[in-house]
Amino acid sequence: MNYKLQQDNENNVTSIQVTKDDGTVWSIPLDKDNVDYQEYLAWVAKGNTPEPADE
Amino acid sequence: MSSIVIQGDTSGSITVEAPSVAGTHTLTLPKATGNIATDATVGLGTKNLIINGDMRIAQRGTSASGLTSSGYHTVDRMEFQIGSMGTWTMSQDSDVPTGQGFGKSFKLACTTADASPAASDSLAVNYKMEGQDIQHLAYGTASAKSLTLSFWVKSNKTGTYINELVNTDVGKQISKSYTISSADTWEKKTMTFAGDTVSGFTNDNNLSMYLRFYFGAGTDLTSGTLNTSWATTVNANRAVGQVNLADSTSNYINITGVQLEIGENATPFENRMYSQELAMCERYFQKIDGGFGVGTASTNVQLNVVMRVPMRANPSASVTTLRITDMTTADHQATSATISLSNISSTASRTNCGGFTGLTTSRPYTLVGSGTSAAPILFSAEL
Repeated sequence: MNYKLQQDNENNVTSIQVTKDDGTVWSIPLDKDNVDYQEYLAWVAKGNTPEPADE
Repeated sequence: MSSIVIQGDTSGSITVEAPSVAGTHTLTLPKATGNIATDATVGLGTKNLIINGDMRIAQRGTSASGLTSSGYHTVDRMEFQIGSMGTWTMSQDSDVPTGQGFGKSFKLACTTADASPAASDSLAVNYKMEGQDIQHLAYGTASAKSLTLSFWVKSNKTGTYINELVNTDVGKQISKSYTISSADTWEKKTMTFAGDTVSGFTNDNNLSMYLRFYFGAGTDLTSGTLNTSWATTVNANRAVGQVNLADSTSNYINITGVQLEIGENATPFENRMYSQELAMCERYFQKIDGGFGVGTASTNVQLNVVMRVPMRANPSASVTTLRITDMTTADHQATSATISLSNISSTASRTNCGGFTGLTTSRPYTLVGSGTSAAPILFSAEL
């Protein structure tokens, strides 16, 4: 998994971009009920850091 | 009131009572061998807990090859689960049992074998359920309902297979085995899982229980004694006796007609309308091919789309190619489109889509999600 932050024009993080093992790219909402976001939080909890958002 | 009592040969009895009202009432028994369902023995109404049990919905596509990673690849709601156990093609197949009314099955075909799986390897298909959809099973109470699973299966690989139910809220599971007796022949299998009177399910929209069809497992999952009553999960007891479907590139398995219902008897498969089945699938995955937006830069458009069915949770979104039009002068295509969610709920989303050229800021655009050089936006809220 490869995670990258996504932000709006006011530099607020609004979603997380992930490239999955099958090569597909998804935008993940910041929703605790979303399993992709749950996986992201688990990945961060292991000490990983996402790529910063594009400026 | 008049009644007839039929005494059992050891203990117990059944009482048939006539109503205490005037008139003659005729009850005709079916001309068939089987069990009569009552509201005490089966869940009337939507009895099948499995969505898309007849495998007819495949929104993501009808075939995916080269599979070595877990996920939803073809048939809706059927999650391929693999841990280093060969390479597979999963497809929606037209091979079905004759005369049963099914039109589709899912098929797994081995394309790279793994005849000697490592201890931690596994191969399965999962069906996941929300806690709020299984509260009526009354798990965690003395009234916990038994569940009967029935399905049709065909494989060249005969032998013992394992299914399990897993309560993810408390870390408990129960396994049952079945045997594929005849190679390359459709067989109907049934098994009953006792209800768990000790542990219930969290009443929300998250995963609480899944049904797993094992097709292969390493010794981490097979080295113990098969656990056939609800108990705290011990991996070694989950898939004891499971054959290795991954041991040859000649191997395949087809499954359809999956039904999980309350009671201890398998009743005929519940056929639902296509539109009803699709809508239930769309709670977890949708392809949206229409929406409106406005250009925010020469390369970007902010699109607002509305879901056809409220989704289980705020969904993730994905695009490959996108095509939009201003409906007057030109269409614009992004062959390597990007998407970023900026505001989303379970019913609608505002997405910032990029990868275009030549857009005009503040000009309105509409999404052209079908047809030449177009593709829908994918939304996923799977469990």
